[in-house]
Amino acid sequence: MAIGVRNVTKRFGDFVALDDVSLAIPTGSLTVLLGPSGSGKSTLLRVIAGLDQPDVGEVAIFETEATGLPPQKRGVGFVFQHYASFKRMSVRDNVAFGLKIQKRPKKEIRARVDELLELVQLHGLADRYPSQLSGGQRQRMALARALAVEPRVLLLDEPFGALDARVRKELRTWLRRLHDEVHVTTVLVTHDQEEAMEVADRVAVVNRGRIEQYGKPRDLYEHPATEFVMTFVGPVTRFEESYVRPHDLEVQLEPNGKYREATVEKVVHLGFEVRVELSLPDGELVEAQLTKKDVERLELLEGQRVFVHPSRVTEVEEEASGAPVRARAS
Amino acid sequence: MVAAASRLSGRARSNPGASGRWFLRGTAFLYLGLFVLLPVAVILQRGYGDGLTNLRDALDTFGAWNAIRLTVVMALVTAIVNGVFGTLLAYVLVRIDFPGREIVSAVVDLPFAVPTLVAGVMLVALYGPSSVVGGWFEEHGFKIIFAPPGILLALLFVTLPLVVRSVQPVLSELDREEEEAANTLGAGGWTTFRKIVLPALRPAIVAGSLLVFARSLGEFGAIVFVSGNIPNKTLTAPVFIQQLLSPSSYGATNGPEQAAAIAAVLFGFAFVVVLITEKLISGRLERTQ
Amino acid sequence: MSAHAASRPVRKDWRGRAARASLVGVALLYVLVLIVAPLAGIVYYGLRSGLGAIGDTFSQTDVVHAFYLTFVIMLIAVAVTTVFGIVVAFVLARDRFPGKSLVSALVNLPLAVSPVVVGLMAVLLFGRGGWFEPFFSAEGIQIMFALPSMVIVTIFISIPFVIREVVPLLEELGMEEEQAAWTLGASRLQTFFRITLPNIRWGLFYGMALSAARSIGEVGAVLVVSGLLQGKTETATLYILRAFDQYQPERGYIVALTLAAFSIVLLMAIEFFKRRSTKAMAR
Repeated sequence: MAIGVRNVTKRFGDFVALDDVSLAIPTGSLTVLLGPSGSGKSTLLRVIAGLDQPDVGEVAIFETEATGLPPQKRGVGFVFQHYASFKRMSVRDNVAFGLKIQKRPKKEIRARVDELLELVQLHGLADRYPSQLSGGQRQRMALARALAVEPRVLLLDEPFGALDARVRKELRTWLRRLHDEVHVTTVLVTHDQEEAMEVADRVAVVNRGRIEQYGKPRDLYEHPATEFVMTFVGPVTRFEESYVRPHDLEVQLEPNGKYREATVEKVVHLGFEVRVELSLPDGELVEAQLTKKDVERLELLEGQRVFVHPSRVTEVEEEASGAPVRARAS
Repeated sequence: MVAAASRLSGRARSNPGASGRWFLRGTAFLYLGLFVLLPVAVILQRGYGDGLTNLRDALDTFGAWNAIRLTVVMALVTAIVNGVFGTLLAYVLVRIDFPGREIVSAVVDLPFAVPTLVAGVMLVALYGPSSVVGGWFEEHGFKIIFAPPGILLALLFVTLPLVVRSVQPVLSELDREEEEAANTLGAGGWTTFRKIVLPALRPAIVAGSLLVFARSLGEFGAIVFVSGNIPNKTLTAPVFIQQLLSPSSYGATNGPEQAAAIAAVLFGFAFVVVLITEKLISGRLERTQ
Repeated sequence: MSAHAASRPVRKDWRGRAARASLVGVALLYVLVLIVAPLAGIVYYGLRSGLGAIGDTFSQTDVVHAFYLTFVIMLIAVAVTTVFGIVVAFVLARDRFPGKSLVSALVNLPLAVSPVVVGLMAVLLFGRGGWFEPFFSAEGIQIMFALPSMVIVTIFISIPFVIREVVPLLEELGMEEEQAAWTLGASRLQTFFRITLPNIRWGLFYGMALSAARSIGEVGAVLVVSGLLQGKTETATLYILRAFDQYQPERGYIVALTLAAFSIVLLMAIEFFKRRSTKAMAR
């Protein structure tokens, strides 16, 4: 296990950021901590890095107790959301920083920096200053800088959060490819579930200081452990006391036993997929996701009467005690 | 995995940065305690350790009351005059583009760099009885140097940057939209200034003026040269205190203690003013997270 | 605004221009009378006696000593207030503890105190009957009427400047760059020298320049503690006082002019640093 977090609790005044959190992250994996703002995911990352101290609990990195160690001694690389570039140093000096601290020989530093700049595709900009780079370039520099000292673990705190959508998508793919090449144990924090699903080997869903589920992205999507996970990871629509994925709702023109009657309210074409908003007789609004082909075949129009049935339902049991709701696949 | 008893206290244990933090704190406290707290304590103790006798003796000394009165009045007038002119200067420097603006800005900061005594010398050089300007005024029965007007000039010189520097940053940060809205609604320049800009600047102007007041209460170097230090006429409180301390002072044995008693009053006044000022400019040093 | 604006040529805002011009005029007049004219006066009186008198003045041993003493005191005061000022600034900007406002009040206190009162504080601590007097006289160390007391009072009055400049800078900069440096293996000390210090450089220099200017200009406090021992505890400012007292105004003007000239150079340095500091913060 590359990282072991055991029973960590962290409070900021009265606010409990992390509540008895435990996690084991396998070596060489790319794990994503996914959750809404304020869920505690960044705090957890910073506790692993040593930038924040837990009130209770322990952190171990590669089986060595790390809780009492300062960030300098943990061998972690950290990438910040707002880059934390050393404003007064060139790109080259930024990347070389950690190596200079280690007092490596100049030739070695130069070679390694060049190698890294090639890796992150910034080698033409080595003598520029961070203020002369775009956000995406600064973040790639930050990554090169963190990788320069060969960290055992790479931690990224919402690294693409400050970038615009297109750059975010590009860097996301690029990061995944980088990980496949370099194989450093990586933990990434994000609130973007699409990012998590695309990039991760494993995802830990964090909510209100607790980890609700930890597993492969597909497992989280198809077998969510709690209501929160179901609604946070992937699109969801409520259908008769259950949660259903919109693309699992089948629409037909003829009644067929268990199919329920519904009226088409709106048909929204989103490129290849079509979102069909339906209303049930009791007024409940439901969202179905169909392919263009299906919509054309059914010749769906607003106001039309159709019949709807979910091919796959995740049953939600409301527990009287108010404990985290468990969802079952039926 | 066993929860150790130490965790029950809820405090971060084996915190790697803690020793550094305590070292910094300790040094800071020692530095400020020795250099600031201690001197204040000694003034209070020596001045009022024997009750109010020292204060009474000091006030009984020839010229004491008038010194205090003169100092306070001068400080008030200075605060008001530089409050107005300082604001005017700030406005002119921020809003109006004129040739030589940079030079004027530098000149305004000059009193901050010039030794106060040299400021006094400068004023005597230009407005003293043997000078061109001063001589002319004297002929017409108006003494500048060795008279209250000289004191006022000295104080105005020394405190001018305080208001300008207080108002300037606020003025340059001001969002023009409100003024533009007022203009479109028919308000002319002066009205807009009076109703929109001035209220926004008020805390900064007041803060700057308060600082001027506090500073003027204690000014020594410029005044000792310019005023002539005539008791009951041009003797100010700081000079009075200094005289209480000189070896031959009035033959009193408790000279320093008397001085301490008066000083504590002056100083307490000025300190309260500085505290209020800090609150007004939203405590630059106090931003807790 | 006329509805027929399109048909009329653009009218110049004469009233506005006149108003603005008169504002500038009044402001300039004030600055002229208050600051520029006296400066011109001292230049005139200082140079009036001719280069010979200037050379003569600077060859006087007590003049040379006075400048030397002023300079030494200034160096020590700036050094002490800079080093400890940085420490206090860090504690104020980064640390969290109750009573922070007390600390910030203590830092601002020297700005409110009259220099004479500062001298008085030293007298009460180190002079006859003072709290520490028995200890120092037993050790044979002379504080009053000697360099140590002059340095101490100068330090007191210089305390606020570096701190007041560095604290807002530290708050604006935040800790991210430093935390990044830690994760890259730099110790706290290394991080301070390689990352923090360069980032606060200009604000720090600005504070130091203000501190230096204040130290050079100090007269009230050193007057009280120095005992006015010619050639031993007489600073440049105290020399000026004596020169005029003893009817040697030419010498007084010359030394005053020198201090003024030095101050102006310092002033230009201050302006330079101030501009760099605000430019760096804006980045």
